[in-house]
Amino acid sequence: MTPFSFEWAWDVGHCIFFGLLYLALAIIGTGIAFTAVKTGLQLLGFMRERHFH
Amino acid sequence: MDSPLIPEGVKRCSPKVFFLWTLPWLALLGWGGISAILCLIKGLNQTNMSNIFAFALWIVFDLAVIALGAGAFFTGFLTYIIGKKELKGIINAAVIIGFLCYTGALAMLGIDIGQPIRGWFIFWHANIHSMLVEVSFCITCYAMVLAIEFLPIILENRELGKIRGLRLFGHNLHEIMAVFAATGTFLSFFHQGSLGGMFGVMYGRPFAARGGFYIWPWTFFLFILSAIAAGPCFTILCTKLTEFLGRKKLVPDEAVQTLAKISAWLLSLYMVLKIADTLGWLNGIVPNAGLKFMDFYREGPYGAWLVAAEIIACGVLPAVILMVPRARKHEGWLIFACLLNCTGVVLNRFVFIIVTLAIPVMPFDRFWSYLPTWQEWGVGLAVVGYGFLVFSLAYRYLPVFPRETELNAAAE
Amino acid sequence: MEEKQGHGAHRFGMVIDLDKCTGCGTCMTACAAENNVSVRSDESDKERSITWMQLYKITNGKDFPHTEVSYFPRPCMHCEEDGHGGHHPTCVSVCVATATTVDFNTGIVSQIYTRCIGCRYCQAACPYHARYFNWWDAYFPREKGLERYLSPEVSPRMRGVVEKCTFCHHRYMRAKTRAYGEGRRELEEDEYIPACAEACPAQAITFGDLNNPRHKVSKLIKSPYAFRLLERLKTKPKVYYLSKKNWIRKLADNYLPGQFKPV
Repeated sequence: MTPFSFEWAWDVGHCIFFGLLYLALAIIGTGIAFTAVKTGLQLLGFMRERHFH
Repeated sequence: MDSPLIPEGVKRCSPKVFFLWTLPWLALLGWGGISAILCLIKGLNQTNMSNIFAFALWIVFDLAVIALGAGAFFTGFLTYIIGKKELKGIINAAVIIGFLCYTGALAMLGIDIGQPIRGWFIFWHANIHSMLVEVSFCITCYAMVLAIEFLPIILENRELGKIRGLRLFGHNLHEIMAVFAATGTFLSFFHQGSLGGMFGVMYGRPFAARGGFYIWPWTFFLFILSAIAAGPCFTILCTKLTEFLGRKKLVPDEAVQTLAKISAWLLSLYMVLKIADTLGWLNGIVPNAGLKFMDFYREGPYGAWLVAAEIIACGVLPAVILMVPRARKHEGWLIFACLLNCTGVVLNRFVFIIVTLAIPVMPFDRFWSYLPTWQEWGVGLAVVGYGFLVFSLAYRYLPVFPRETELNAAAE
Repeated sequence: MEEKQGHGAHRFGMVIDLDKCTGCGTCMTACAAENNVSVRSDESDKERSITWMQLYKITNGKDFPHTEVSYFPRPCMHCEEDGHGGHHPTCVSVCVATATTVDFNTGIVSQIYTRCIGCRYCQAACPYHARYFNWWDAYFPREKGLERYLSPEVSPRMRGVVEKCTFCHHRYMRAKTRAYGEGRRELEEDEYIPACAEACPAQAITFGDLNNPRHKVSKLIKSPYAFRLLERLKTKPKVYYLSKKNWIRKLADNYLPGQFKPV
């Protein structure tokens, strides 16, 4: 799972597979973090709420 | 009694009637709970799985439910990435159905493996050459994405929405939903495909094995295609059932028709490719292994009629019905075609799992048959109970169908 | 792990002479005793029995007086390829948790019981049904004599994991340790033999290093009567069979009419 595991090898397969996996996880994590920070800032009054639909 | 929790402007049945409605689903969950505890305490001998049927009912249910839950990612893709605005009336339902399918499948898998406590080894000691590793990673990540897509719907509950922080979080999450939809599409593409890849790479089993493109056997692409063809149909079926039980219209016709039309084209494409793949396999892998088509069906409980059922009755027929606009717009034909389509996908998964294992490869080996035990049915049907129960709760307390008020105000 | 198996130092394999095999089943019993194979109080459900070495009974399908019967011992084939050109057996490439692995130096496919999560994908992939799952906890009934054969060199398996024939590689370790103690690095042919080969009263099972031209197995596999099980699937098993009878050779693989070439 990580380069510190026993079966890790720096080969094409591992780089592509875990590269894409960690990219997907990073996108998800960044999205959540962004939303949390934005919500926090809006609650504290540093950002305005945008009212749509 | 619970009216403050019910969304504004919609009518729901009384709490007593709702409670009675939940009872059969709770019973299924109870049956499943007992079965799961028995399997965890006593071991998998509680099932009828064996050294021949290493994969059985639960794996069939898992694959079927994941294929049917593909409506979630595909509708999300169509709504947020392609921008089909009419699907906004159905996307919430699709997401919830997907969430229930995937979390149910994950729970079932937890009971299915021999050492559930070691389940995390799939991630920690991953063998990247295994298709099942790809499946596990993508399904787990996608279940996370589905939870994130479900969250804003939950936060739109009337009482929860009164808390400013939660309302803001839900809104902000919804604004960047396209990011999650795109990630979900990517993850789903790979796990739907890898589920097919799992069987295509079993080169020791000529019934399941396929040639392919680079590391991906043809079953990889066929499984994705069949999932995105059947997933929207399953979403339509669930919506129609909810409309029938709730006795009101919930989704505008154009949303249903868009999904049905796209499903028709995908199913037709899938049937062309599936038939081509079957013919290629019959002329390639099968004779190379020294076998004929009827060698797979000469004995045993699974007959060649399964091929005709899957391809003709549950493949070509619903494709034709859905392609014809008059049939597609007729509710009875639409539901019939959706049922056939979903049955076809379940049959396809069944054939790849159970029939593959029933067929001997060594010439002096025999055909085997399999029937599940009540414990296996318990765990499998508990997922159905879980789905009905949580979807019912969502329908009652959350704005699952945003166009409901306007569709029913027009009726009144 | 990506190296081709042919480049490894040793390739341990087996040759089973079916014309000598009497079907006595001693190989099955010796294997079970040597490897601490668990039993159940009721073993009548053969679908869930654990038999690393499994004896099949085959017949030429003709009526009396032309009926012929033979016995077919089937250990794990320790395949070299997956049937599609990949240089691992299928079971190794499908294992989710890297719990089964092929040893580059010996060619033996082994199982890491403590890592196996019991997903059974390897069982589904193996066409030889060589892999067995522990549907129950391990059970060795006491005071019935079974505790006398338990070997400290072989780990018993817990429930929920897959196990299979290992070519008794604990005997390989034992032989190597003894050889090292004597200052040798190479083993003699008869120093490492699995339990089934040692126990067979008809001496139908020969075991050795297929890479070593002086070992009997590497000479036997050159015989025109040598064949492998499901050869056309291209799994390249390391267990060979010998038989002068055409009908037995024909039953080792699937043939369309006209494809089988008698010797």
